[in-house]
Amino acid sequence: MSALTITYAILFYAATAILVIGVGRKIFIYARTPAPLKIPTTPAPLTKTGVVWRMLKEVTVFESLFKSNKWIWIFGWLFHAALFLVLFRHIRYFTEPVWTLVALAQPFGKYAAFGMLAGLGGLWARRILVDRVRYISSASDHFILILLLAIAASGVVMKFIPAAHTDIIALKAFFLGLMYFDLQPLPGDPVLLIHLALVAALMIIFPISKLLHAPGVFFSPTRNQVDNAREHRHVAGWTAAETPGKP
Amino acid sequence: MADFEIPALKEYPVIPPVKVGTMAHSKPFVAKPEHQAGVGYPGELVDNWEEKAVTRLGELVKGSRALQVFLDSCVKCGACTDKCHYYLGTSDPKNMPVARQDLLRKVYRRHYTFAGKLFGALGMPGLVGAADMTKEVLDDWYSYFHQCSQCRRCSVFCPYGIDTAEISMAAREVMDSVGLGQKYCNEILGKVHKIGNNLGLPEPALVDTLEGLEEDVKDDTGVDVRFPVDQKGADVLLVTPSADFFAEPHIDGLIGYAKVFHQAGISWTLSSYASEAANFSMFIGSGDNLKSTAMRIRQAALDLGVKRIVVGECGHAWRVAYSFWNTLIGPFDFLDPKYPVPQHICEVTYDLLQRGALKIDKEANDHRRITFHDSCNVSRASRMGNIPGGQFIIPREIIKSVANHYFDMPANTIHESTYCCGGGGGLLTDDLMELRIKGALPRMEALQQVVEENDVNYLCAICAICKSQFTKVLPYYKFPMDMIGSLHQLVSTAIQLK
Repeated sequence: MSALTITYAILFYAATAILVIGVGRKIFIYARTPAPLKIPTTPAPLTKTGVVWRMLKEVTVFESLFKSNKWIWIFGWLFHAALFLVLFRHIRYFTEPVWTLVALAQPFGKYAAFGMLAGLGGLWARRILVDRVRYISSASDHFILILLLAIAASGVVMKFIPAAHTDIIALKAFFLGLMYFDLQPLPGDPVLLIHLALVAALMIIFPISKLLHAPGVFFSPTRNQVDNAREHRHVAGWTAAETPGKP
Repeated sequence: MADFEIPALKEYPVIPPVKVGTMAHSKPFVAKPEHQAGVGYPGELVDNWEEKAVTRLGELVKGSRALQVFLDSCVKCGACTDKCHYYLGTSDPKNMPVARQDLLRKVYRRHYTFAGKLFGALGMPGLVGAADMTKEVLDDWYSYFHQCSQCRRCSVFCPYGIDTAEISMAAREVMDSVGLGQKYCNEILGKVHKIGNNLGLPEPALVDTLEGLEEDVKDDTGVDVRFPVDQKGADVLLVTPSADFFAEPHIDGLIGYAKVFHQAGISWTLSSYASEAANFSMFIGSGDNLKSTAMRIRQAALDLGVKRIVVGECGHAWRVAYSFWNTLIGPFDFLDPKYPVPQHICEVTYDLLQRGALKIDKEANDHRRITFHDSCNVSRASRMGNIPGGQFIIPREIIKSVANHYFDMPANTIHESTYCCGGGGGLLTDDLMELRIKGALPRMEALQQVVEENDVNYLCAICAICKSQFTKVLPYYKFPMDMIGSLHQLVSTAIQLK
């Protein structure tokens, strides 16, 4: 087995471990940390079902962002929706046989890559052009956008420029091999190697960066709490420490 | 007058370009050692404060899921950057919610995240938005966490619901814990603990004031409307901001509550022990003070043997009462289960109006052309009635039941999108006058629109802070000072006692 294959195998095992353990650890921390007081941003749902509906709208159509700023919403939603299709399409490289739904989504997933590029480009343009957003951007904010743009761009190059096509059969064998601990050779095409290295980098920084907004939003007390403070006595953390005595 | 420029009211609100540092000079007076002692904090900046501040921050984050999630999740998308009234009024970028959060977030990132520790050790913490706790950072905190009225408008528009109020409360708690407190809030809280209300009004003075009110109402209407204090066995304990006892225009609201109780035949009482609904502990993010201040209400209700607790027109007090009381001083199993605990005075009046229990002459308010200012804590941190958004419907329905001319301000400035009056969150102090005036700009622009289009001459509010703030800032924008009034002043005008 070539040094390249072994290097990338180690890289992806490590990146997967960091992603899963890192994000899992954060989710554990979010779940364990108490929310001592009721702080839903009102008007808020009065029932748990209502909260599920609120959260569903928040994570699928970005309701609050839509209320807030149509440009950020268009670019942000376009990017995330396209990313979802692209990731969904990529399931084909990890399953044999390919699931019907994934096969059906293939053409959409293919072209969604351009949606990613457009969305990310718009977000980056705002970061540079709008003075308020420029002010709040640090190096890492630009870095993550560049990283995502480079991942999408390298993917597009491989998919749509014949000269840059990789041996996709061999690539799939490599990833299936990783999954079943049966190492297979990785094709050595430079664009593929760049694409994979960047994806691994994204997986590694996920649990230590603002990408934590993905699990974070589900734990946000202003969004996930039921507005029932008068009806149900809520205590947690320091407010659970002691209860006033009965009269 | 002021040695700064009063912002001009524009026909259409515009988002101002960033002007770095325009409000860096704005700092409230620092609490003296005796003010700090009154709320249980060190009198002056302690030795080793950098380390202690970082430690306290860590404790707070560990105990609050909100902080934990909010500090990790911000992606700097910019959605909040044009939502804060203080940014819109001052152009100072550190008044953009995300930038205000970042003042604290960068210290959290430096000390409590892997990226911050790694790049900090390499001497480049700034690359990942991290920074050490230094004197400059502390100065920024003191300045800009006292330019946040904790109104939660940003939290409505944030895709993750990040609430800058939570972060500014935490920052103030960290500063207090190392001996750097704000005089206004801490002095007032000390008075509540010591005397029973924010104004330091002792019992005899309170009784005296209320007797005077009884005479005034008698002169005015010929009816004996009572303002009882410490009346054991009354049905209702009314807890209201102490400004209602003597500040204008608040006092006319108190008269309105009394007339409503009188006509409905509800026996009620104030408590001299807990003669204050306000709980400034929330503003400074102090759990201990929040609880002990709220506990007075429970004690008063028990001592007086009441069946219900009703809260007067006060924004943050209603948030504390509605959202936190059950947690902090509940369960209320000693009160009448037929009524929600606590109840807002507007809920009481609205129910009575619905049942036809109040005799109203709407024409009595015909000289008034009214608009309603949704107070932030009522709008975005509580509810009235039994449906979401009842806090917007009920006050408006009351106004429309007691008056003929009502007009809403533009849709993006009311309900959940309401703009703060500019004086909330513990900033209602003369040493922050420039901030208060500039922060009122978005509300003043919205007001101007209904003044021009509908000849509005009455700005109605249900918050003691809003009323005091508007009384002060309206004249700077060339509006008459007395156009601000209580909701229950309208009820008071229309109610027919005989």
